[in-house]
Amino acid sequence: MAEITMTVNGRTVSGTCEDRTLLVQFIRENQGLTGTHVGCDTSQCGACVVHVDGKAVKSCTMLAAQANGSEVTTIEGLASGGELHPVQAAFREHHGLQCGFCTPGMIMTAVDMIRRHDGKLDEHTVRSELDGNICRCTGYHNIVKAILAAAEEMGSGSKVAAE
Amino acid sequence: MYATTYHRPTSVDEAAKLASEEAKYLSGGQTLLPTMKQRLAAPSDLIDLRHIDALKGITVEGGNVRIGAACTHSEIATSEAIKGVCPGFTYLAGHIGDPAVRHMGTIGGSIANNDPAADYPSALLALGATIRTNTRSLAAEDFFTGLFETALDEREMVTAVEFTAPDKSGYSKFRNPASRYAMTGVFVCKRSDGSVGVGVAGAGSDGAFRSPDMERALAGDFTPAALENISIDPSGLMSDMHASAEYRANLIKVMGKRAVQQAV
Ligand SMILES: Cc1cc2nc3c(=O)[nH]c(=O)nc-3n(C[C@H](O)[C@H](O)[C@H](O)COP(=O)(O)OP(=O)(O)OC[C@H]3O[C@@H](n4cnc5c(N)ncnc54)[C@H](O)[C@@H]3O)c2cc1C
Repeated sequence: MAEITMTVNGRTVSGTCEDRTLLVQFIRENQGLTGTHVGCDTSQCGACVVHVDGKAVKSCTMLAAQANGSEVTTIEGLASGGELHPVQAAFREHHGLQCGFCTPGMIMTAVDMIRRHDGKLDEHTVRSELDGNICRCTGYHNIVKAILAAAEEMGSGSKVAAE
Repeated sequence: MYATTYHRPTSVDEAAKLASEEAKYLSGGQTLLPTMKQRLAAPSDLIDLRHIDALKGITVEGGNVRIGAACTHSEIATSEAIKGVCPGFTYLAGHIGDPAVRHMGTIGGSIANNDPAADYPSALLALGATIRTNTRSLAAEDFFTGLFETALDEREMVTAVEFTAPDKSGYSKFRNPASRYAMTGVFVCKRSDGSVGVGVAGAGSDGAFRSPDMERALAGDFTPAALENISIDPSGLMSDMHASAEYRANLIKVMGKRAVQQAV
């Protein structure tokens, strides 16, 4: 058994789990944070993307034990004090979701991509950066639109990312 | 996934002591964990290599490039130092999988796995790279021995990859749109003595390979046109649901031309 201590959304949490427990199981089952979804469970679809030490990773393809001692941010950690993160707000504004299943992973991937590109994104870059996130209903168009809008807003400095 | 025991050593020696026939090294986990989830692998112990300083870091001194085995695809893709001397290599790393896979997956794990559709082996063969392990050094030619096969013994660990930067390098990949792996990828490089290296990923039924015919053609004339009259023999190439051997043979030529065109 593994004794795990990590920071999740700014809070230090501890728990015991099997060494084979996936990070996504730890987040959902030990921590009760069910915003992170399991889609394909084969490292393809990106519904489970969270940030570990500031980087987007697929939490279905990492052991909780590997993340021991790390800082983890999930979709629940983005909004601050009831105000949506600019990427969340842009997905709502631009209708970047339909069923919503892929949305947590899409948003975590988007926040990571905007940060890595310093807010400077074009449509081609957004589409290739979404390689690891699958959506079965929107056709991606409005997801791309939402990410570009959020990047623009965050880049203009009118709102600071809540992370 | 079957039960396993996780270890987090902080030195190469400590990791090597934990190694056994039933244990496996765990780097980025982007190949091993999916395989364990499918129960195609069931190591008794996992030896995490991500917390060993000696396996980290990139150094470029003059034209000599050294990449620690635990460097992620994303660290390599964004290394200005490597980009300055071998831009084809950073381009290749930046086109592996997707951003989340690149944040975790490592060069050491990729070459130890030697998937025939993986990207790095083609570049390391073309560049004449050296693979360092905890016990020896091997030329890339001797390291990659076949489909998912390398010269590594059960407990041996890749510690670094080294190569001399060429004058020009380029990579072109025809991605399988579903898996993101190479359906065919070609890495080309031109060295200061005029010699050329060409490595092919994703096409050989025995894994990545060099193409001496293309190397000869490009040594005289490093232009896409030099490959116009080359014909690639489809025997020895993979045929699967994605592409026939003949299709891949043509892709090698097309990707080769594009790689030369892009080479800087
Ligand atoms: C969705 C997806 C898309 C992908 N697309 C591509 C692609 O386009 N191109 C591509 O090349 N790859 C691709 N990959 C594979 C990816 O690059 C992996 O990161 C890589 O194959 C394995 O590296 P790792 O660090 O994750 O190794 P692990 O999964 O941790 O290990 C792989 C194997 O190598 C062994 N090992 C690990 N480190 C060492 C070491 N230092 N010494 C000796 N043995 C070691 C392990 O025991 C294991 O057997 C993809 C993966 C996924 C999930």
